[in-house]
Formats: sequence, C-alpha cells, structure tokens
Amino acid sequence: MGARIPSALVVAALCSVASFGVVAQEKDDAAKGIEAYREALKDGNPAELFEMSGEELWRKPAGPKNVSLEKCDLGLGAGKVEGAYAQLPRYFKDTNKVQDLESRLLTCMSTLQGVDTAEYVKARFNTAKKNDLVALTAYISGASNGKKVKVSTKHPMEKQAFELGKRMFFYQAGPHDFSCATCHGEDGRRIRLQDLPNITKHEGALAGWTTWPAYRVSSGQMWSMQWRINDCFRQQRFPEPVYASDLTVALSMFMAANANGATIQTPGIKR
Amino acid sequence: MLRAGSGAGVVAALAAAGFFAPGEALAAWAKDAFEGKSVADAMKAMGATASGASGDVQIVASDIAENGAVVPIQAISKAANTQQIAIMVEKNPNVLAAIFDVGPDVLPDFTTRIKMGETSNVTVLVKADGKFLTATKEIKVTLGGCGG
Amino acid sequence: MPSPMRIRAASKDGITEVRILMNHEMETGQRKDSAGKVIPAWFIQEVKASLNGKEVLQAQWGPSISKNPYFAFKIKGGKAGDAVSVTWLDNRGETRTDEAKVT
Repeated sequence: MGARIPSALVVAALCSVASFGVVAQEKDDAAKGIEAYREALKDGNPAELFEMSGEELWRKPAGPKNVSLEKCDLGLGAGKVEGAYAQLPRYFKDTNKVQDLESRLLTCMSTLQGVDTAEYVKARFNTAKKNDLVALTAYISGASNGKKVKVSTKHPMEKQAFELGKRMFFYQAGPHDFSCATCHGEDGRRIRLQDLPNITKHEGALAGWTTWPAYRVSSGQMWSMQWRINDCFRQQRFPEPVYASDLTVALSMFMAANANGATIQTPGIKR
Repeated sequence: MLRAGSGAGVVAALAAAGFFAPGEALAAWAKDAFEGKSVADAMKAMGATASGASGDVQIVASDIAENGAVVPIQAISKAANTQQIAIMVEKNPNVLAAIFDVGPDVLPDFTTRIKMGETSNVTVLVKADGKFLTATKEIKVTLGGCGG
Repeated sequence: MPSPMRIRAASKDGITEVRILMNHEMETGQRKDSAGKVIPAWFIQEVKASLNGKEVLQAQWGPSISKNPYFAFKIKGGKAGDAVSVTWLDNRGETRTDEAKVT
C-alpha cells in the first residue's frame, strides 16, 4: 500500500532530480523498512471509524423528505450495498449516465431525500458536506472488500466514458506541461519512497484503484476517489474539475476497467 | 494544558457514573512527566533516577516510518513484576508519549501509534520490581522535504 | 458528543486481545492555524478499560499519540460473551465510553 494513485504529480516534477536519483541507492534497505511499516499499519485502519459513521449516514432519515438512503440503487438493485462498489462506475438507465459511487450517491440524495445536491458539489473537501459523502464511500466500498473488480465497458456510454478517461489520462497541459501519464504511464517511477503505479497496465491500475477510498495517515483524513482525482488536478496545476462531473467519472472508468479482475481492498490506508 | 474548569461538569458526571473517582480524574495525569523536554527530565518526573538497558524490554517497530504522523510501536516487558511501561521519543518537543499501568489483569504488552517530528531514538522505560529498565531503538522518519 | 470508538476483543488461549480505534484529533498544541494562531492542545489524557465491570487497565497519554488513536492490549482471561468497556477522558474534560462483546 502507499500513496499509489496519481499522487504528488507536480511534486514529482519539482523534486525529480533529488528523488529519482538519490533515493534509488537507498531503495533496498528503505523498501524493506517501509514494507514493515505498511504491514504494521494495516492492523487497525482508522478508516473503520469512517465506515461506522458512513453506515449511520446511510441508515439515517435525512433531507426535506426525511428518508434514509437505504433504498438507493447502486447498480445491483435498490438497497443492495454488498459488492456494488466493485462494479462501479457503470451505466444507469434512470439517469442515462455512467456514474461512479459519488455521483450515484448525489442522485440518490436528490431523488430519495429531496436534497439540493448542488451544495454538496460546491462544498470544499474536508468540510461537513463533503466529509459526509466521503464517509458514505468508506462504508459502501468496505462492503465490497474482497470482491473482484467487475466493471463493464459494453454499453456504448460506458465505452465512451472509458475512451474519454483514457484521453484525459494522456492529455498534456498546464503550466508544467503535465499529464497523468507523466508519472503514471511508465513502470518503475517513484517519488521519494513512493512507488508510482503505471495505471496504463493492469498491475498498476489495481494497485491504485482497489485501495481507494483510503485513510491518509499524513493528514488523518479519509479520502474518496473524487478527492484523490481532484487533488491530482491541483498537483498538475490544472483547473479544478467539478465534483462528480462526467470527466472525473471517466477517469475512474479508465482506472477501474484497467483493474478488472483484481481484488478490492477497501477502505485502504496510505501514508 | 489542563483546563479543569471547562470540563468540570463532565468529569463530575463521570465520577458519579463511577468511571473516575472524584478529584482523581484530572489529577492522575502525570503533568510533570508529560511536560518533560528531555528523556532525563521525563524519567526523573516518573521517579526513574537510575535505570539500565535490559534485554527484557522490547520495542517492536519498523526501522523506517513512511510518515512521522503515525508510527506503530509495540512495547513489551519480559521482566518479572512489571508495574509500568512508558514510551518516550527523544526528539519530540515533549518526549513522553504514553504511560501504561500494568495491573494484575493485563499483559505487559501494548501497541499504539505515535507522532515523531523527525528521526529519533525511541525509548521504552519499564518499571519492574521497583527498578527501571530501558530499551532504545532508532526510527527513521522519511517525511520528505518535498511536501507530499 | 464525541464519536464512538471501534472496539474489537477476541479471546484465544486464555488471553483476550483488545484492539481499539478512537475518534480524536489529538492536537499537539504545537501547530499554528492559517492566521498564525497556535491551535490549542486537545488530546486524550487517560484511558481506562474494564472486563465485566472490573477495571483491568489504566493508561496516560500525551499529545504525541497519533490522531484517531489505535491502541491494543491483552487481558489475562476473558471469554466469548464477556463485556469489554473502554473509557477515555481528554484535556477538555470530554469523555467517551463504549463497550464490546468478546468474540
């Protein structure tokens, strides 16, 4: 485990001389130590606290209609949580859209609870509204722990989302002329002691996709995949993407489809 | 650091519930030891004026911590009649992290996670049979200067 | 009202291993906010645990225990169905007690 997914992209650029060279020498000793450290962290992941609060939010009547989210259809039928995360993102007929977990939660909050979700979209990360959504992802992803990633790209809109995500992944722009692929498109990339997975390959995609949402020990925060992606955009000095927008869902679709067949290990724990 | 005033009501309620005896609750916290700025200060405050390294004291921790905000530590004593176990981080602003009382019903074996500001020696202090024993291990903290 | 703890207690070979996750900021009092003001220390100072109502453990903590603390210890004895109760008290006088059944 570790900050595997698009982590610290721009930082990689700024620090590349120092990181990629010097650290490599110490790699063997350090790698062993870090492995032991990560192993020790796994026992007792504070993400469990967020799973608990997420489950409470799922079951608690809320919003103008004062109903819970328990009837929310995450793709496997109304109210079915177990295994649902392993098959997201997917095409939903009722919205005629490909949705990831977070965009789907917004749909359910709107239709079931009558919540004005625009406020949730606008809210900054690490504020109450976003933290509620993140806790929900901790709970729901936890109910897919151990399941195999099974994401379909058969529906034309799913296929389209995958292709859009792929395009975004390789799209090079911004003041640093960066793309996701700059760090996550080749094998053996690392920043400091963090291995950067090659998301264009199955092994790399699974290292990232299957371990988010995750508790980050550096900040003591629980991060969802939308938060992770949002921060990657920031690190690349790209404009901030709209929360749960089609583009962010498409990036998830690209990662998830590349990770198909891998075992979900959520919620994760990372540095 | 102790602000007994603001929490007095809660503490009283607790005491009433039997969790903490009246007057004991905040007084029990070893303020002098926790405010110690050096290992020597903290040990002195805990009454450990003389101590020696001992193989009966074990620290289980990885040699490197990827992030100093969370460093897993297991402190174990094999010494007979262990009464207390403390964890100290030499280079932290306040060195003492925790004190565990070893009563008749628990094993002298505790696991927790501590913050480390930088690479430092971590010392586990054991009080056993009225004597003080120690073990020390260096843990490297790799929190990079490049942010993250 | 502080958030609940996650307590797991499992008995094996006459020893009950208790693993606890607590919801707490564990603010050190060393950090400053964006306005340059010191963020006041706010941390758990005392932890107590009992088995079937009998106190078995006392611990004292300083602010260098990590945020959202993890704490594991081993009780002599205990069997499936027994009740393990854990209480923490912080420097603001806030407290939280949770209970779990031994499995």
